[in-house]
Amino acid sequence: MIRPSIQARHALARLTLPVMVVAAFGLMLVGKVDTVLVERARVTMYDASAPIYAALSEPLGQMSKAVAEVIGLWGLRVENARLRDENERLRRWQSVALTLDAENQRLKAALRWVPDPEASYVTARVVADAGGVYAKAVLLSVGPNHGLRKGQIALDERGLVGRITEVGSRTARVLLITDMNSRVPVILESSRSHAILAGTNGPRPRLLYWSEGTVPKEGERIVTSAEANAFPANLPVGTVRYNANGVPEVEPDAQLRALDIVRIFDYGLNGFAAPEVTARSTQGRH
Amino acid sequence: MALSDRFPGVRPQLTVGRRLDIVWRHAFPGTTSLLLMLLSLTPFGFWGQAALLPTVALTCVWFWSLFRPAAMAPPVVFLIGVLLDLLGYLPPGVGALTMLTTHGIAQRLRRILSRQGFAVVWLIFITVACGIAAMNWALVSLLTFSLVPPAPVLFQAGLAAAMYPAVAIPLSLAHRSIADPDQA
Repeated sequence: MIRPSIQARHALARLTLPVMVVAAFGLMLVGKVDTVLVERARVTMYDASAPIYAALSEPLGQMSKAVAEVIGLWGLRVENARLRDENERLRRWQSVALTLDAENQRLKAALRWVPDPEASYVTARVVADAGGVYAKAVLLSVGPNHGLRKGQIALDERGLVGRITEVGSRTARVLLITDMNSRVPVILESSRSHAILAGTNGPRPRLLYWSEGTVPKEGERIVTSAEANAFPANLPVGTVRYNANGVPEVEPDAQLRALDIVRIFDYGLNGFAAPEVTARSTQGRH
Repeated sequence: MALSDRFPGVRPQLTVGRRLDIVWRHAFPGTTSLLLMLLSLTPFGFWGQAALLPTVALTCVWFWSLFRPAAMAPPVVFLIGVLLDLLGYLPPGVGALTMLTTHGIAQRLRRILSRQGFAVVWLIFITVACGIAAMNWALVSLLTFSLVPPAPVLFQAGLAAAMYPAVAIPLSLAHRSIADPDQA
């Protein structure tokens, strides 16, 4: 083996940093020119690392469950009283709901109402935060042949979570409704007027473009609108809360900070492509 | 053997196990940095966890560039930067460039800082973390043609400053024991 002289080795060692800096600039250029390549590299990277997270999430989940149990024991009596109260209240609501449901069925039958098609869904575990500093997204671990597509809708047991933006062979990325790039057409439930829910990267997305005269009310419920064919109508999103500056924000129903399991619904919608993908979808995928 | 040139004397024979030991000690900084970055994405469920990944990357690159530059060579730093770009959803190249800058600064300050105590290194690190956060914000804004909100990078710099001892103390213990090539 030819061994370079000490001087040559020193010169080479001094050159590596500038060469790597040039490579970093090259990478920026590649990232600007070929977004599909970058997206594929990310998906591959996450597909490769997902098994680690899937394996870790089991013991981590058990640990947090144990901690929650210890904390739960602490306030057992107070919690019990609160739950008894809540149970009573909910029982009253349940009877109201059952009456309304029966009435609804009768009215629909009288009107010869065509029911909405049942949506199929798959359940997936959230295994990692996939947002980085400038985005709000989560990574789902799904089995092979999952059949997920971009634009499908993710809900947890309480409300809307977001939409799928990237799909790999074992993972899928869900952009949350709190992300800066997320826009969701919504309806203010009591006035039935339309608005747009825009993410800010903060915990509460903002309401924009409501019609004049129907100002969102504090505590009003927000549901999705079927406008633009991106979402089905009437999925629960959250409730209106005004912040200190008088800007209407929405407290999401979904527990976006502690997502564990989400359901991915296929409503067969083909309206807007999910955010971030619009620019790339024209270039086609492998 | 470079080692025997520097320290002439009697030493144990190079068995396979010892060779592996030496390789492991040389690879320790790079490997643990990459592993820590992957682990930082596990959903622990606490608020602001997204800032953990850049914090871990920055601290590891800073620490090893300062105390073991031979094991944290520019190509390794580049690799860490690319992983930061991919996992942290940054525009490609931003993580690589910021990590290489950190490495460059650490290299420059090496002679002065290696004689200083922990607190001084920490203080300088806080300054560097703020500078790197500003650079990160400027690059992302430039590459996405939009002014991204500066709050997350401020938080990131704060977290890096606060978490430095938590990462650096175990690393410096490892540096003096299981990662020291002279103890192989």
